[in-house]
Amino acid sequence: MTIDRSRLPVPGADRPFHFPRIVRRTLANGLELRAVRHRSVPVVSIVLVVPGGSAVDPAEAHGLVSITAGLLDEGSRGQSALEFADRVARIGGDLDLEAGMDAVVVGLTTLDRFFETGLALVHEIVTAPNLANDDFNRIRNLRLERLKQMKDHAGALAERAYARVLYGSHPYGHLSLGSEAALTSVTLDHVRAMHAAMFAPAGSTLIVVGDRPEEQLLDVAAKMFEPWRAALSAAPIDRDAALLPPPARPAVKLGVVSRPGAAQSELRIGHVCAARSTPDYPALLILNSVLGGDFVSRLNTNLREGKGYTYGVRTGFNLRRGIGPFVMQTSVGTEVTGSAVQESHAEILAIADARPATPEEVAIAFASLSKGYPRGFETAGQVARSVAQLALHNLPDSYFEDFVPRLARITADDVSAAARQYLVPDRMTTLIVGDLDKIDGSLPGLGLGPHQLLTADL
Amino acid sequence: MQIPHSKRTLANGLDVIVHEDHRLPMVAVNIWYHVGSKNERPGRTGFAHLFEHLMFEGSEHHDHGYFPPLQRAGGQLNGSTNADRTNYWEVVPSGALDLALWMESDRMGYLLPALSEKKFSNQRDVVLNERRQNYENRPYGLAGMALSAAMFPPDHPYHWLTIGSADDLRAASLDQVREFFQTYYHPANASLSLAGDVDSEQAFDLAERYFGGLPAGPAVERVRAEAKLAANATLVLEDRVELPRLYISWHSPAMFASDDAELDVVADVLTHGKTSRLYKSLVYERRVATDVSAYQHSREMGGLFQIASTASAGVSLTELHTAILTAVAELGAHGPTASELERGLAQTEAQFIYRLQTVGGFGGKGDQLNAYNTFADDPGYFDRDRQRYFDVTSKAAAAAVNKWLVHAPSVSLSVVPKGRRDLALPGAEEVHVS
Repeated sequence: MTIDRSRLPVPGADRPFHFPRIVRRTLANGLELRAVRHRSVPVVSIVLVVPGGSAVDPAEAHGLVSITAGLLDEGSRGQSALEFADRVARIGGDLDLEAGMDAVVVGLTTLDRFFETGLALVHEIVTAPNLANDDFNRIRNLRLERLKQMKDHAGALAERAYARVLYGSHPYGHLSLGSEAALTSVTLDHVRAMHAAMFAPAGSTLIVVGDRPEEQLLDVAAKMFEPWRAALSAAPIDRDAALLPPPARPAVKLGVVSRPGAAQSELRIGHVCAARSTPDYPALLILNSVLGGDFVSRLNTNLREGKGYTYGVRTGFNLRRGIGPFVMQTSVGTEVTGSAVQESHAEILAIADARPATPEEVAIAFASLSKGYPRGFETAGQVARSVAQLALHNLPDSYFEDFVPRLARITADDVSAAARQYLVPDRMTTLIVGDLDKIDGSLPGLGLGPHQLLTADL
Repeated sequence: MQIPHSKRTLANGLDVIVHEDHRLPMVAVNIWYHVGSKNERPGRTGFAHLFEHLMFEGSEHHDHGYFPPLQRAGGQLNGSTNADRTNYWEVVPSGALDLALWMESDRMGYLLPALSEKKFSNQRDVVLNERRQNYENRPYGLAGMALSAAMFPPDHPYHWLTIGSADDLRAASLDQVREFFQTYYHPANASLSLAGDVDSEQAFDLAERYFGGLPAGPAVERVRAEAKLAANATLVLEDRVELPRLYISWHSPAMFASDDAELDVVADVLTHGKTSRLYKSLVYERRVATDVSAYQHSREMGGLFQIASTASAGVSLTELHTAILTAVAELGAHGPTASELERGLAQTEAQFIYRLQTVGGFGGKGDQLNAYNTFADDPGYFDRDRQRYFDVTSKAAAAAVNKWLVHAPSVSLSVVPKGRRDLALPGAEEVHVS
């Protein structure tokens, strides 16, 4: 019974895993249906993906798409928001309305025996929300107050300011919640027009996942959603607005949002980078894992485990339908802000130049991404969300099966090439949200030129 | 309804619980040590959590990071500390179960030889940054500290939060790490669960193989302390916030004790969802608050029932205070309606089923088995836990409200923007936390 502690046990072979099989159907009204049978506890997950998202916001009405989505469950078919909330609660439903940059996603998870009721609830709020004046005023005020509260939150300030300096007036240049000024000018008429234009069956995808035969899932969904028609009066919206190229060069190289007395500096470093459709996506996943996507990444090993500057640091290639950003983010002690910025730049520069990803690092990243891949398909909700990503980015139904083999083909050279192409040091924008008086002295030494003071307006 | 499992206790006292679920080719390893910040002493706060960090820095036979071998095997892992317990988990492909058990058992048995001053001071800096990020630099982030300090006397182990005081963390020493490990980190004070794609007999064999040879360790004395408020207290804390927020806190029953489930139900009736009484009245109808939340935070030695609400611009906290206490009194007088109880049960039933969806990680089936084993002395407590909510009556909920809330003193804390103490409840005494 003694154990050999002189070496770590070598893991055995992976047991094969069958990724979800997707069954499709297209309704006469243009709505795409996708069903997956998920054998698990009696839970169903319903996800409706409507392409567009906050990137479709008119320039003078940032926040419009998000508040339109947010009003869906604030009263429908002549009943009040309270009545609707009561109906969701009585099926133990978990309803989620999310306006992302690229899409509005309506999700409902409930027990299998309430599948039909759940579908009816989703159908009702999408096709027949009241969009009443009183509810609009209530929700707009809550959102204005949330924007006010975000001024207290360093991370929220950084998100807002960073989107603006990277993207300017591009559709990705604002948060989906919008701004105080824009939201104040939004009217109920705008909301009604946006609802009519945005929520249409053609182009949207409804995903249903549960422990029933796929054809049965599809039949029930089809019956509920077949009558859905696009609004006749809808003014066209440009769902592809985000495909416009963002500014190639940043307007700001080093930006500071001042927060006197802040205990930490919130950092963002990155630049606009690539669209989700790039063929280099698998190489970027591995690159990210090595650089800053994992706990064992270079940046976390250096800044956290080596120097103790931070509780953690992460990078991401936030790839979207249009060109998304590469961003490194972290919060660091005020007194080490300058050094942390320098170390971060050095790591990003090194992986694209002097210290490319080694075959060993690439092997670890590949193993981590591939062997752990089945974990993302455990719950009905996870499966539905994964299928939603395929729908949003026009990826084939074989995507999950192909993922690991595609990733396996990536070599260290591919990762280095991706680093050189997708990480461009002289295009980086560095943003610091922190106590300017205390960090001021360390800024000139960063070699990023004079800093630009950014306002904390939200 | 149940999480099917079997349990055995090794000769050294380690509880081993196994649950088979073969849907994914993954196994969840989960281990609970029955130690948390309530085992700390004044002047040494934050230690249990700092110690948790050191568990990821290597052990005698693998004196490197804990993450790389597991990450390379496709595993995911983490740990957390609260007042009552510390947990660690890995979710690994079935073929890497040996690896995960080797690593967990090595740090249970052989952590100290790998400890160094360098690792210790590094992780102390990391934790100080965690504290800045999640408490000091976060709006309303210090309210929890102010409330705990007011609810419990200085020598009561719930007086401080798990993150601890920055001064205590700076004063911590490597010797204390050794003492802490020897006192609390051993098989007899731990519970191990293996959940997922594993055969039960094989799982017990592996547990015996990797952990069976470790010495049991000294018995850990249960911490016992009582706390009671003598009278109402009204406090104010200035913070970097735009909108004032009111917190009201009462002492409440311990986890799984009588009235614990009743107060959970009461919290839901008050603030869960738009149809809850306080959301409907304060946020939906009168629009005097931007949010309101209530929860029964139950722990081993006692609970806290807390209500928090942020005032809409221009609304006084006094108005919120009155409205909240009126709603609480109303529940004490008449209890929840049949309709409210029925709606709550539908949600509770669904929530318990949702909890069966994942094998690993925080809140997964392996974690729940250990929680029930550690706190209820029965890994099969799932169904009895659920049944507690089905047994709640309107009358019992009303009685719990009267006993613990209406007829008991509370602490009210106003968190207001810097320099705006005038926005606090009248007569509030200023508190300082850092």
